[in-house]
Amino acid sequence: MNIELRNIHKWFGKVHANDDISLKITSGTIQGILGENGAGKSTLMKILSGFIHADSGEILLDGNLVKIKSPDDAIRLGIGMLHQDPLDFPPMRVIDNFLLGQHGGLFLNRTQVEKQIQELSQKFGFQINPDAYVETLTVGERQQLEILRLLWMGVRILILDEPTTGISANQKEKLFATLVTLAKQDLTVIFVSHKLEDVQGLCDRVAVFRQGKVAGELTPPYNTDEFIQLMFDKEIKIGAKTTACRPEPLLRLENIGIEDYRLRLRNINLTLYRGEILGLAGMEGSGQKLFLQMLAGIKRPVCGKIMINDVNYAGKRYENFLKAGISYIPASRMEEGLIPGLTLTEHFILSEEHNELLISQKEALNLTQSRINDFRIKGVPYSKVEQLSGGNQQRALLALMREKLNLILMEHPTRGLDIESSIWIWKKMKERCADCTSIVFISADLEEIIQYSDRILVFFGGMVSEPIDANTTSVDELGQLIGGIGW
Amino acid sequence: MDNTTLTTLAGIMEYAVPILFAAIGENFIEKSGITNLSVNGTILLTAMAGFVVALNTSSLLLGFLIGALIGMAVAAVVAFSSITLKQSQVAIGFILATLCRDLAYFLGAPYNNKPGIFLTKTPIDFLVDIPVIGPIFFNHHVLVYASYLFIILAYVYLYKTRPGLQLQGIGERPAAAYNRGVNVNFQRYMYTLVGGALIGLAGPMYSLAVKIGWSGQLSGLDGVGWIALAITIFGGWHPLRVAFGAYFFAGLQQLGITLQSNTNIPIQILQAAPFPLMIFTLLLVNIGRAEWVERELAAMPEKPRLIVSKILRMLRTSPPASLGIPFERE
Repeated sequence: MNIELRNIHKWFGKVHANDDISLKITSGTIQGILGENGAGKSTLMKILSGFIHADSGEILLDGNLVKIKSPDDAIRLGIGMLHQDPLDFPPMRVIDNFLLGQHGGLFLNRTQVEKQIQELSQKFGFQINPDAYVETLTVGERQQLEILRLLWMGVRILILDEPTTGISANQKEKLFATLVTLAKQDLTVIFVSHKLEDVQGLCDRVAVFRQGKVAGELTPPYNTDEFIQLMFDKEIKIGAKTTACRPEPLLRLENIGIEDYRLRLRNINLTLYRGEILGLAGMEGSGQKLFLQMLAGIKRPVCGKIMINDVNYAGKRYENFLKAGISYIPASRMEEGLIPGLTLTEHFILSEEHNELLISQKEALNLTQSRINDFRIKGVPYSKVEQLSGGNQQRALLALMREKLNLILMEHPTRGLDIESSIWIWKKMKERCADCTSIVFISADLEEIIQYSDRILVFFGGMVSEPIDANTTSVDELGQLIGGIGW
Repeated sequence: MDNTTLTTLAGIMEYAVPILFAAIGENFIEKSGITNLSVNGTILLTAMAGFVVALNTSSLLLGFLIGALIGMAVAAVVAFSSITLKQSQVAIGFILATLCRDLAYFLGAPYNNKPGIFLTKTPIDFLVDIPVIGPIFFNHHVLVYASYLFIILAYVYLYKTRPGLQLQGIGERPAAAYNRGVNVNFQRYMYTLVGGALIGLAGPMYSLAVKIGWSGQLSGLDGVGWIALAITIFGGWHPLRVAFGAYFFAGLQQLGITLQSNTNIPIQILQAAPFPLMIFTLLLVNIGRAEWVERELAAMPEKPRLIVSKILRMLRTSPPASLGIPFERE
């Protein structure tokens, strides 16, 4: 189906999220929408899928003017959207996720729909068990589930909002292959992303968004510099690889075992050096998070020793780990990292060590302002954290860390951030390493892992690899290990 | 089986009825994502109102009807303030619970200890003659039979029908339900009102059938509403488990009554015991979540470990993810 957007405007309070956007997308193509965080991509897609309404402007499908009042309307018109966090029901079965959106009689036609799901999965080479609970699926499988569901609902225009965030390299390949197949069947695919390499590898045409406007449209052959110029209105370069690793050990793991309901990790032995960056790779849920939480003192190991300065920290409380200079930055910024409703200043007051009862507002304000400047957070000391954009929340989290640290643990430090913010964040982290701090981080982005780590641990199905030297490995080798080949 | 045992078991079937309706009514409300804490007040108020109306009109039906209507009216206040005004559901629930209770005692005072009308037993011919089963299940008033049907209907509706599936969806992830074309807030209103009516029926069930009469604070009904709320949670928002919880609590109460006449245990202990026992059960059900339990489990040998963790996982319940959170589109 052909889509035409004419002069779309959308305001959120004083923010002009979509500023006179006009765009034509032809049937059977994969259209990329590229832009940094907050450029207005998601807003436009939510308008197209009926989640929010434009303040003004027109939408035409195959030349006919349409009004999209709700997601239900959009589906009826053939427009379906795969949200960044798939809009499904985790505690329910796959089949119930299908049935819930279906119109029909009082009772459910389970057997018929189950057959349809199996046929569809086969057609696209997905392996989705209709009886599985959604919460047991990986993010990649949940995406496949949503795509199947939308196709099953008869969608002719498929919108994907940042679909490569949080899925493995393998799953990404599969997703791209699926999208190409769909486009060949004359579906219109709209692919929203802030990742250059993704749109370059996939899209027939790319519209670059900047500050709510279409900054320009590009067609193959693509030129990376051109993209960056359009996205940021300036040039950005990734720095050369450096290391700050020293031969003094910071921490030693001896025969560590960790486990939860699903996973058992055993016999982990490792020496972490000062200034070293250790990257943790693996499919989501392979144990990297357990490992990180064990180092943070949040998850107790079931056996083994965590030796720091000849003291065994296994079984000690979180506060002891904090005192040992270990800091943990979780992936879910708003749930575990920051406190919604509190201002930046209040966060700084909470994170500093204070013994007095009363708070010195002036001192706190000064500290906050200096950190805001230092970390280039777009906000004021009185900004509530939930009002900040993702990139700025991540900067705020980093700014909250104490001055002197021995070990920083990070989960997906740059997930969902644009290139500029990612590079900047790693620059800040490298400064810390030069200052003798070690870093352990999880990332789904193998290139990020190779670029910034000194050594790498790969997790697969309850196994942990020996440390791999990041200078001698490749994305392919890691990808195979993650997929369970070469153990 | 001797007569005492049969009477005790039959008593459980009867005593559980009001709690059953209230807890499953609350179950429907909470499944939709709304917390209605007014249950205790609603039951007291409708017990009084149902008794008074039935006495004055000589119609049991009108007594039950007024109970359902008042229950709905109280629920409407909860629905309006939490869905439309997006106010704290906990605060409004507590206020209503207290307000309704005091209203019941105040307005019902002139009717304290008056003889009224009540529902009589209607044993089911033929079935009642079956040994053991007959006297336990089929020698009751009509409400008990209705409760059997009600449990099954509630289960089938929630898990086997399309609207039931949508109900699960709106309490779990309203945005995803909305994305699938469900009118979230309309349905939340609907289920809060229906659930309110069911809770409202529990009052007259007491005063016109199970604990006949109205005697103000001495009616002994204060507290059952809170138990019904606890049973909804203990039952993991699943009608069959909620029903089990209601029978369990009624069983504890009946046991107290039986022991009272047969042993020397002080009556205060017997009256109070069901409440701490209920709390203890709640703890047991959710113990699998505790970190120390996970650690203890990890230390166990493989085979028993798997069995125990399977049982714990089965017992473990999780609330509808969006319980108590208003739905906004943007």
